[in-house]
Amino acid sequence: MASSEKTPVDLSAAMITEPAALADWLVIAPLVLCMVLGSLLLMVRKDTRLQPFIAIPGLAVLVLLDVGLLVHVIVNGPVTMTMGRWLPPFGISFTVDILGALLCLTAGIAAFAGGLYGAGDVNDSGRRYGFYPFLFLMMAGVSGAFLTGDIFNLYVWFEVLLISSFGLLILGSERGQIDGATKYAFLNLVATTLFLIATGYLYGIFGTLNMADIAQKAPAMTDKAPLVTLVSLYLLAFGMKAAAFPANFWLPASYHTPRVVVSALFAGLLTKVGVYALMRVTLMLFPAERDVLGFVIAIIAAATMIIGAMGALAQTDFRRLLGYLVISGIGIMFAGIALASPSGVAGTIFYAVHSMIVMTALYLASGLAARAAGGFSIASSSGVYSSHVFLAAITLMLFFAVSGLPPFSGFWPKVILVKASLDVGAWWLAGAILLSGFLTTIAVGRVWILSYWRPAMTGGPAQDEAVTLNPLVDYLPLVLLTALVVIVGIFPQQILELSQTGSDQVLNPVDYIRSVFPQGGEQ
Amino acid sequence: MRTLIFRTVAPYLSSLMVLFSVFVLLRGHNEPGGGFIGGLIAASAFAIYGIACGVSPVRRALFFHPMAIAGSGLMMASIAGLVSILAGVPFMTGLWVYIPIFGEELALSTVLLFDVGVYFVVVGAITSIALALEERATD
Repeated sequence: MASSEKTPVDLSAAMITEPAALADWLVIAPLVLCMVLGSLLLMVRKDTRLQPFIAIPGLAVLVLLDVGLLVHVIVNGPVTMTMGRWLPPFGISFTVDILGALLCLTAGIAAFAGGLYGAGDVNDSGRRYGFYPFLFLMMAGVSGAFLTGDIFNLYVWFEVLLISSFGLLILGSERGQIDGATKYAFLNLVATTLFLIATGYLYGIFGTLNMADIAQKAPAMTDKAPLVTLVSLYLLAFGMKAAAFPANFWLPASYHTPRVVVSALFAGLLTKVGVYALMRVTLMLFPAERDVLGFVIAIIAAATMIIGAMGALAQTDFRRLLGYLVISGIGIMFAGIALASPSGVAGTIFYAVHSMIVMTALYLASGLAARAAGGFSIASSSGVYSSHVFLAAITLMLFFAVSGLPPFSGFWPKVILVKASLDVGAWWLAGAILLSGFLTTIAVGRVWILSYWRPAMTGGPAQDEAVTLNPLVDYLPLVLLTALVVIVGIFPQQILELSQTGSDQVLNPVDYIRSVFPQGGEQ
Repeated sequence: MRTLIFRTVAPYLSSLMVLFSVFVLLRGHNEPGGGFIGGLIAASAFAIYGIACGVSPVRRALFFHPMAIAGSGLMMASIAGLVSILAGVPFMTGLWVYIPIFGEELALSTVLLFDVGVYFVVVGAITSIALALEERATD
């Protein structure tokens, strides 16, 4: 092996022999960029002034690469690159369809906004603890999870993003953060272990980990193997990750403790990775088994959205309230998975995109509002509207969007999902979506009235001098995300079409399989 | 732990272990061994040195911060995968060059670069943890 014996070997039996096109490198590019920049930032960790100047352009490049990947996938259908030239299913394949590429792009945009905001929000000690390196490594995990076509590899990316998120969570090493991180870490480790057990089980049944290969083989195995058990395990594991009822308690217990920008990124990215993985496994790999569990998923969905919205009503801390809104959104995404009709899944994809952007933006806005009003407590903060009209206007738009009111981005996916539920006669699911939207409106309306609209209290927290917010690092990320919310709300056609194509590709993964196995058959 | 015997032996022991870790790293290409186990051996060498002589001499001897070493390892591993873009083959494909030296052929490969990267990641990460723990103990 090491010496250069020149015996001719037929490589085509084990390896991909055609050269990899440069455009196919886009499949792996977001991931590699995050790894390289993450390691570079790790090396210059002490140079806190330099870090944003590497990180922010790097995140901009990441967004561009994600755009390129999405365009490539739209034009050419699902694309695959198999690592190390080994033929799939033995090589680890990265296979990207529209669902993966779209979520990856949205995650990139949220990360860009977060990185920019972090330049103002994360102080020197936070940077020395490694905010930017962790951000990039987390993005490597998130991008990897969205792009990979191998289920064990998906597990590995979950671990990568989980470990980076531990680092981000305890960035300041404060008491509350350690407390939140312990709950977060414990529950996520349990979920990851379940994921691993389920994957081992799956490997025992199928003898392969390549998702396209599993999707091919699953229909023949339906009666031979206990696949419903397997899918239930996955449902539990990913449900915990996504903070779905009844495993939702860890999220509000931990998301309000770290720095605002970290909460924003977590709320935008991490739970959606769980939803994405659940979509991949239930909708693409095991549709027949999902049908058995459909009713259970529907109940989980309804319970999650109602409990999330009611939890939000009960909170007095702005950030804890937002944590419950994240949960409520997860329930709405689960509704589409429960329906599994093309329009239902399209609604879920659309809602995932919306939720990533709007939740990130809301947490960023909450951070600015807390700076302006002197704290996250709804009861004691006030007067944001009178001191920062622009911030108040943006937040109001985001409140409308998260409640699902037109003309913002939250409206369309909810319309699609309500219609999809009514189509199959699940009136109670449609009712739950509408009720959760109504409760969310009340919950955020309360914040708006008390923290924003109420005139600044005298004798409250000293707010005599107006808090000035930096237009570049404080407002720009928020404006960017809100602009997306408005644009998607007014011109939903593009995202709608993408969601529908993405939903077709997931529900009928012929192209996905063909992109991994071009010969169209067994190896 | 700062006994005279231990303090006298530790530098020699550590240097031997680091040497051995490099041997294990290179041996791992075709036989049992490799970057991960080599990195662990090197990290335990630094840990022993730290226990015997204190943490700051180790930090001085390493010169770079352990986390920076880990970062450079991750970068090396990524670059090892990126080299294949020049050869027109997928990410992480193993590529070899054979350099003739003194009549023997020296086989260099991206696989080796990747393994060296793993070695540095493990050395950096584990040393960083070990030194942090030892620092608390000596307070």
